[in-house]
Amino acid sequence: MEKELFTLIVYSENIAGLLNQVTAEFTRRQMNIETLNVSSSSIKDVHRYTITLWSDEETIKKVVKRLEKKIDVVKADYYTDNEIFMQEVALYKISTTKMLANRQVSKIIRHSGARVLEMNSSYVLVEKTGKTEDITALYKEFVVEQCLLQYVKSGRVAITRDYNEDLSEQLFDEDAKRKGIKR
Amino acid sequence: MEKEIIRGAEALMRSLKNEQVDTIFGYPGGSIMPVFDALYDHKEDFKQILVRHEQGAVHAAQGYARSSGKTGVCIVTSGPGATNTLTGIADAMLDSTPIVVIAGQVMSSVLGTDFFQEVDLVGVTQPISKWSYQIRSVEDIPWAISRAFYIARTGRPGPVVLDFTKNAQTAQAAYEPAIVDFVRSYVPYHKPDEKAIAEAAELINRSIRPLVLVGQGVELGNAHEELKAFIEKGNLPTGRTLLGLSALPSDHPLNMGMLGMHGNLGPNVNTNNCDVLIAIGMRFSDRVTGILSTYAKQARVIHFDIDPSEIDKNVHADIPVIGDCKETLPLVTALLENCDRKEWLDTFTEYDAIEEEKVIRPSITPEEGPIRMGEVARKVSEATGNSAILVTDVGQNQMMSCRYFKFTKPHSLLTSGGLGTMGYGLPAAIGATFGAPDRTVCMFCGDGGFQMNIQELGTIMEQKRPVKIIILNNNYLGNVRQWQEMFFDRRYSWTPMVNPDYMKIAEAYGIPARHVEKREELDEAIKEMLDTEGAFILHVAVMEEENILPMAAPGSSVDELILEI
Repeated sequence: MEKELFTLIVYSENIAGLLNQVTAEFTRRQMNIETLNVSSSSIKDVHRYTITLWSDEETIKKVVKRLEKKIDVVKADYYTDNEIFMQEVALYKISTTKMLANRQVSKIIRHSGARVLEMNSSYVLVEKTGKTEDITALYKEFVVEQCLLQYVKSGRVAITRDYNEDLSEQLFDEDAKRKGIKR
Repeated sequence: MEKEIIRGAEALMRSLKNEQVDTIFGYPGGSIMPVFDALYDHKEDFKQILVRHEQGAVHAAQGYARSSGKTGVCIVTSGPGATNTLTGIADAMLDSTPIVVIAGQVMSSVLGTDFFQEVDLVGVTQPISKWSYQIRSVEDIPWAISRAFYIARTGRPGPVVLDFTKNAQTAQAAYEPAIVDFVRSYVPYHKPDEKAIAEAAELINRSIRPLVLVGQGVELGNAHEELKAFIEKGNLPTGRTLLGLSALPSDHPLNMGMLGMHGNLGPNVNTNNCDVLIAIGMRFSDRVTGILSTYAKQARVIHFDIDPSEIDKNVHADIPVIGDCKETLPLVTALLENCDRKEWLDTFTEYDAIEEEKVIRPSITPEEGPIRMGEVARKVSEATGNSAILVTDVGQNQMMSCRYFKFTKPHSLLTSGGLGTMGYGLPAAIGATFGAPDRTVCMFCGDGGFQMNIQELGTIMEQKRPVKIIILNNNYLGNVRQWQEMFFDRRYSWTPMVNPDYMKIAEAYGIPARHVEKREELDEAIKEMLDTEGAFILHVAVMEEENILPMAAPGSSVDELILEI
């Protein structure tokens, strides 16, 4: 089956060791995680993992079911790019000397839609938020000009087209009731 | 009223009592000493069984669980004590056995310092357990214990590991019992889907050649009666997986035999002849299916399972019926129409006749030559009125005893199916004598597997456990030898084995024993074994190079069974 890039969104309880459990499902199948982001979600105490990887749908479907089966995983789903809004952020550290010596560099920065966060006599710190392709395109341009000192790109963060974080309201209501919390 | 202040170890005792624990298998050590100290004051509350190796403790807990339907418990120390339980945890995970393993752990303050006997048990057990959790504070104990038992026994059961730091065992806190019967991120039971139920019934009603495959899910869900009602109403021929063998009595007219690599001809061949395949509480293991590319391709598939991740895992289900089969089966049964299906049922009889002639008769009623494994199994089964619990080790002894033992009661087979753990049999049989104290427990093993946990004879001796041990000794690691014969040009690499004098071993442990090598003595010896009170070792010298047949060779189709070599 042909491989495509999938984005997995996994919600879990905030318990130590869960990241390990989530990534282990990929490790045992020798699947390489492309990007990984862990953050809080809009729901208190529920963590949200955004994972991208190349796979085929049959495999990803099975993995998602296995993830959801884990006791402290609340929900897991997979998406293709047209089903989500997504962004990545990258930081580029540029040599000030090289930039001053090569006018092309500042031109690239101006036309890229990137922001300059800091500038001093030794380096310029540039930030770009956007789609993977735009971020890597900018990276390649800096490489061509041989001005890049450091480069880092975040994992993808993605939000679904659903109205809210689509977790089972029933389960959370029941939980709140048992704990005597008003939701 | 003021709450009582108690130590963590005592809180564990009370929490275990709240979970109705009555038997604990274990082995003490440094990091778990406060717990064993607390156990000293609870001799009335729990049967406390000192095993001889932690692997013995975990398999005994599995045997207890499988024979009683309750959750098995073992307590061990940190480090090597904990890692010695790993095989049993992995075994319980693959075979869905509810156990709770409580292991000591070094103090929280020194975690991560390579302290003496420190192992990252949660890290190590996460991939092989249903839930794995470290208890670091005394306040956590009642909640963690209750949650552990809730998770182990509900939904698709499985092993839970609790890594119990020493500081939590010794710290004091006000004790407040906890009952966990809900976890918001865990849905053990799904409500039956009415549409799927109706579709399943309709498909079965329209089917001309339906075949039911029954797995351990029926045993775990105690759905034996529901299964019977289901297959009887629809006149549905039924094959059983290895772990599902006692889900249906062996002599039930709709029982068509065992599925899989060494199963019976009828249900295996007819898997590729049926028009509707109805899987109930089974996971389409590769040992059942053979290669998937030719497996039941002609059939529409209905899959009953409690675990949604089993649906479409190996075999695509046209109609998944997710839920507890005790609940879902009657809903489908209610919609079934009576149907004759005589022509279809007769095809099984034809295969039975072929297998009887080529395989079964020579196996269980040979006229000459050395004793065969199958005849021992059938004779022992019959001598117990086919009512005993069969515990097996792994290998030829397992396949032969499972093929030729007969079952009349539920929860009558304890065997390591998924992991195939040699050494499982002896300790699991010990567990079964506690889990089902009123039943006869017969444990079949080979000379290889017997020696893998042979130290548990000490537990049998000390605890006076009435395990009937049948060693089928062929002086080979027989299953591997068979594969070498069939697929490696008879190059018997590492499989011939020089054995100790098992009669002397029996004597050393004070266990009555008898050696048999003549067919004429077999009945008498079996009678002596069953008439003797307590444990007994029946050491049978069996044919050295016997093969388990039929056999679906690795990489072959379910309907391509080898009947003779």
